Amino acid sequence: MIEVKNVTKVYEGAGGSTLALNDVSFDINDGEFVAIMGPSGSGKSTLMHILGCLDTATSGQCVLEGKDVSQLSDDALAHIRSSEIGFVFQSFNLLSRASVFRNVSLPLIYGGIAPTERDGKTKAALISAGLPEDRWYHLSNQLSGGQMQRVAIARSLVNDPALILADEPTGNLDTKTGEIVLGTFQNLNEKERRTIILITHEPYVAEHADRIIHIKDGAILEDVKNHKKRKVNHAHL
Amino acid sequence: MTIHDLAQETYGAITVNKVRSGLTILGIVIGIGSVIAMVSIGQGASATVQSSIEGLGSNLLTVVPGFLQPGRGIVSAGRGSSQTLKNEDVDALRSIPGIAHISAELQRRFQIVSPAGTNTNSTVIGVTSEYADVRNVTPESGVFITDAHVRSMGRVAVLGPTVAHDLFADQDPVGKTVRINKVNMKIIGVLKTKGSAGFFNPDDTVFVPLSTMQKILAGDDFLSTIAISVETKDAMPDVQDAATTILLQKHRVDPTSPDFSIVSQADILGTLTQVTNTFTIFLAAVASISLLVGGIGIMNMMLTTVTERTREIGLRKAIGATRRDISMQFLSEAVALTVLGGAAGVALGWLASFVVSQFAGIATSVSLFSVLLAFGVSGAIGIAFGYYPARRAAGLNPIEALRYE
Repeated sequence: MIEVKNVTKVYEGAGGSTLALNDVSFDINDGEFVAIMGPSGSGKSTLMHILGCLDTATSGQCVLEGKDVSQLSDDALAHIRSSEIGFVFQSFNLLSRASVFRNVSLPLIYGGIAPTERDGKTKAALISAGLPEDRWYHLSNQLSGGQMQRVAIARSLVNDPALILADEPTGNLDTKTGEIVLGTFQNLNEKERRTIILITHEPYVAEHADRIIHIKDGAILEDVKNHKKRKVNHAHL
Repeated sequence: MTIHDLAQETYGAITVNKVRSGLTILGIVIGIGSVIAMVSIGQGASATVQSSIEGLGSNLLTVVPGFLQPGRGIVSAGRGSSQTLKNEDVDALRSIPGIAHISAELQRRFQIVSPAGTNTNSTVIGVTSEYADVRNVTPESGVFITDAHVRSMGRVAVLGPTVAHDLFADQDPVGKTVRINKVNMKIIGVLKTKGSAGFFNPDDTVFVPLSTMQKILAGDDFLSTIAISVETKDAMPDVQDAATTILLQKHRVDPTSPDFSIVSQADILGTLTQVTNTFTIFLAAVASISLLVGGIGIMNMMLTTVTERTREIGLRKAIGATRRDISMQFLSEAVALTVLGGAAGVALGWLASFVVSQFAGIATSVSLFSVLLAFGVSGAIGIAFGYYPARRAAGLNPIEALRYE
C-alpha cells in the first residue's frame, strides 16, 4: 500500500524556483495496476522519482509499506530501492558487457542476498518475465529490444519488491513489441498480484492499466478507473 | 556486496577494454620496474663496497703518521711522509685491553724483478706474522711471514696473486727468487686473491719481514702503519681512545695537533655506505617520478571511465547500490590496475637488474623487502589516484546520471 499525501516538490534553479508537484495526494493499493499519464513537463517524472525513492519531496509524505520515505538520507533510500522497488526504464539500462543472468541478479548483489539464494530467485524472475531460457546466458547486448525490456522486467522483479515502477517502458519499442511488454506487465499483475505503476505520455499505453491518474502542471487532473482496459492477447506472448 | 562480487565486477570492467587498461598500467609498470631496478643496483653496489671493505679486516683501527685534518676525509697525502711511528709504539699499544692483534707495517714501492727478467713496480710491505690475522690474508700456497723470519731478518717474500701472475704467469713461484730493490728474496708463499678495494689493491702487493724491510730495503726504523684489530665492534671506541692517549703521551705532542691519526674501519665503511645510500636514494627518487606520472595516468583513465559509465552508475544506484558500493567498485578497479602494473613492474625490474648484473658486473640484489614495498606502493597509488574518481562516481545523483546521454 502506497500513500502519497500532499506531496509538493519545488526545484530551486538558477532562474528561480519551479513548482513541479503541487499538493498531490493519492493511494495505491497492493496488487493495483496504475498508469500515471501526462504530457512532458507535467510533473510525472518528478512523481516517479519520489515514488521510486530516487528523490525526496519538498513537503508532504510518501508512505511505502508503512514507512515514510519522503525525508530519508541517500543511503537509506538506496536500501529501500533495493528491497521495495523494481525499476523498468525506457532505455532498458542493462549492463551490456554482462550476461542476462548477471544483469537480473544485480539487485540481489546490492541487496545483500547470499550467493546461494541468488540463482533460484534469478531463474524465477526470468521465468515470470517470460524470457526464453536459451537467452539467459547471452550477453544482454545480443538481445532484441523486446527481450532486453523483459530482462529489465525480470531485474525489477528479482528482489520481490512491493512496487514495480515502469517509466515509459514501451518508448523505445515498436508497437508490436510494446504490446508484448505491456502484456508481460498485465500478466504479472493478474497472475502474481504485483503492484505496478506505469508512467507514460501515451493514452494508448495508459489504457492497458486498471486505473489511470492523469496529471498536468504538477496536479492531478483526474484519477479514474479504466473501464475499457486493453487486454493483450496472451497467445502471442 | 561480497568480495567475490566486487572481484567479478572489477574483472569485468578491466577486461572490457583491454588495450586501454594495458596502456594505462604501462605507466605503473615502468615506474615500479625502474624503482625496483634502481634500488637493486644501488643495494648491489652498496653490498659490493661493504664486502670489499670488510675483506680488508674487520674491527680494524689504523694508526698512520701525520695529522689528518678533520673534514679532509680519509685520503691523506701525508701518509708515509712524516716519520713519527716507531716499533716501540707497537709495544706500548699492546698493553691496551681489548686488542686482538696488532700489526706493524712499513710500506714502500720498489721494482721487483724475476729470474726470467720480467719485472713489475709494486707495493712492498714489511710485516710481522700478525699481519695475516689483522688483514685477513691467507696463503694460496706456501706460508706467510713468520715471527722467526722477522727475528732472523730473513730474506724471504710472500707475493700477492697479481704480482705472482705478473712475474711468473702460470708457474708456481714458491721456492723461486726475486730481486726487490736489488736484494735477492726467496719466495715462500703466494696469497689468495682478495679483490680490489677502492684505491688500494691488496692483491698487487709483496710482503717481506718487517725487520728486513726496515734494515735492508728501506733503511730506516719508522713504520708507515700500525693496524690494530679489536676483539669486538663495541670495544672499538674505547680502544681508539686508549691508543690516542698512549701515543700522545709517548710522543709528547700537543693533543690539538697530534703527529699521528687513528682511522677506524667503521669510519671508512660509514662514509662509503653513506655515499652508496645517497646514490640509491637519488636513483629511486628519479624512478619514483615515473611512478607518479603513472599514477596520474590511472586517475585520468578512471575519470574517463566514470564519465563514460555515468548511466551505468545511475542504474546501479537506482537498483539499490549505496555510495559505498559504487566507490568501492571504482576504487577496486583502480587498485586492481595498479597492483597488476606493480606485479608486471616487479618482473620488469627484476629482469632489468639481472641484465645489469650480467653486463655491468654489479652484483644486484632484488630484496623481498623492495618487492613487498613495490606492491604496497602500487596499491597505495591505486587508492590515492582512484579515490577522487571513485568519490565522484559515488556522489552522482541517480536521476541525473540516468538521464545522462
